[in-house]
Amino acid sequence: MIVFEEVAKRYAGGYTALAGVSFEIRHGELVVLSGHSGAGKSTLLKLIPAIERPTAGTVRINGQDVSRLPKRAVPYLRRNLGLVLQESRLLFDRSVFDNVMLPLAITGHPPGDATKRVAAALDKVGLSGRGKEMPIGLSGGEQQRVAIARAIVNRPSILIADEPTAHLDPDSAAEIAALFKSFNRAGVTVLVSTHDASLFAESQPRRLTLAKGLLTETV
Amino acid sequence: MSNWLYLHRRAIAQALGRLAGQPLGTLLSALVMGIALSLPAGGYLLLDNIASLARGVSGTPEISVFLDTGAGAADASAIEKRLKAEPQLASFRFVPRDEALGQLERTGLGDVLGGLSANPLPDAFVVSLRTEDPAVFEALSAQMKAWPRVAHVQLDSGWVKRLHALLGLGRSAVLMLAGLLGFALVIVTFNTIRLQILTQRTEIQVSRLLGATDPFIRRPFYWFGGLQGMLGGLVALGAVWLGVMALAAPVATLAESYGAVFALSGPRWPESTAIVLFAAFLGWVGAELSVRRHLATD
Ligand SMILES: Nc1ncnc2c1ncn2[C@@H]1O[C@H](COP(=O)(O)OP(=O)(O)O)[C@@H](O)[C@H]1O
Ligand SMILES: [Mg+2]
Repeated sequence: MIVFEEVAKRYAGGYTALAGVSFEIRHGELVVLSGHSGAGKSTLLKLIPAIERPTAGTVRINGQDVSRLPKRAVPYLRRNLGLVLQESRLLFDRSVFDNVMLPLAITGHPPGDATKRVAAALDKVGLSGRGKEMPIGLSGGEQQRVAIARAIVNRPSILIADEPTAHLDPDSAAEIAALFKSFNRAGVTVLVSTHDASLFAESQPRRLTLAKGLLTETV
Repeated sequence: MSNWLYLHRRAIAQALGRLAGQPLGTLLSALVMGIALSLPAGGYLLLDNIASLARGVSGTPEISVFLDTGAGAADASAIEKRLKAEPQLASFRFVPRDEALGQLERTGLGDVLGGLSANPLPDAFVVSLRTEDPAVFEALSAQMKAWPRVAHVQLDSGWVKRLHALLGLGRSAVLMLAGLLGFALVIVTFNTIRLQILTQRTEIQVSRLLGATDPFIRRPFYWFGGLQGMLGGLVALGAVWLGVMALAAPVATLAESYGAVFALSGPRWPESTAIVLFAAFLGWVGAELSVRRHLATD
């Protein structure tokens, strides 16, 4: 469950990126967040892993108020979320395998089992057997798949993606969208922002639309 | 527990990887730190050698206790009893007044005394102690001056006192040097870690996003600082040994020309371990300060 109650975010410069945003996402839902550039999509998504904190209102994840979470509890919140944000860059100094391994290394997961999990995650995003390659040699779409594999390797029940299809050619974008739809069919709650809601249309997702920090449409 | 070990093993592997990943930088830092540390380490060793040399050349310093001329055999044996009870005493020797006069006559100075009707020299004891500590000398001689029938106590420890004062001064200088250069080593590590943090910025940010705790992010830097310091310590140790080996032959020749047998000794195991651990500690301190300063803002 993701619950926003009257959430507002005003940045340090005084700019109000979100105002009075309220909505609820239940387990297993596929939700598409759309809106023009600058509408506040990234800001809204960053409130969930507590990268940003709301200036008013409450954000609750599975009953936990993350808007007031103490700093030292934040890492443990993030370990339970799958994040594919603009900040989720790949590390180009190590192999695809080691990139996907990183979340498991962070939690000190036993290496033997971790190896199996990484292989399974790469398999799910259609990159099985390519763990030894370096990210620099991959196409944009493939790099995005590595980032997605890294996000799901901890088997999170919630997956959050910020414009994962941006800068991709139409075919790659459709493939990435298909991945999120398949995760959702497997029971994962998916919240994804996009310029192009038509990519997800055939799954008939719920839609949230932002305009200048206000939620204008909740279907 | 195994999780904790795993996380540390990973941090060590990461730190070693970073050290090995830039061999030239690692080598230069280790050399700078090592050369800086070799100065106080070498100074300490030099003082240690001087102290043991002084011990070997001087024999033990003595105290002469002169009784007054009226003292008889009973008085002398009373003093002897007191001397035997003194725990700091290594040995003593009684020099009767007749023997002293005999010695004087043998030197040719007897004529000077020839005009005197009686032997003017007193009975005396020559005392040597178990220690070279000037404080003990002072205390004991003051005590013996107060004994009955003791006219005069003469310390021949003047040079011992001077040597001890000089060695003490030397030790303070070495300590100051160690403090100053240790501080420099901390600064070097501080800066190395600062650059590390800059180049690892993306990795740090991404790791935070994936749920890395602060200790997880800091650990490799602590290990890096500690290991880098340790390398510096090993270089210092190597430099000191090189110095000892280069000086051993000339020092032995010099000692021989004074009729002494003396071999320059290098740092022993406890000292060597202390140098390396101290260097590792300084590296760790530099890492701690740098991590506090440069990771807090993220
Ligand atoms: N860190 C920030 N500081 C100040 N203003 C920001 C910051 N991040 C975003 N904004 C502003 O907030 C508004 C919403 O941004 P964002 O959430 O990135 O929108 P979107 O993702 O929909 O394009 C924009 O006008 C942007 O300039
Ligand atoms: Mg955005």
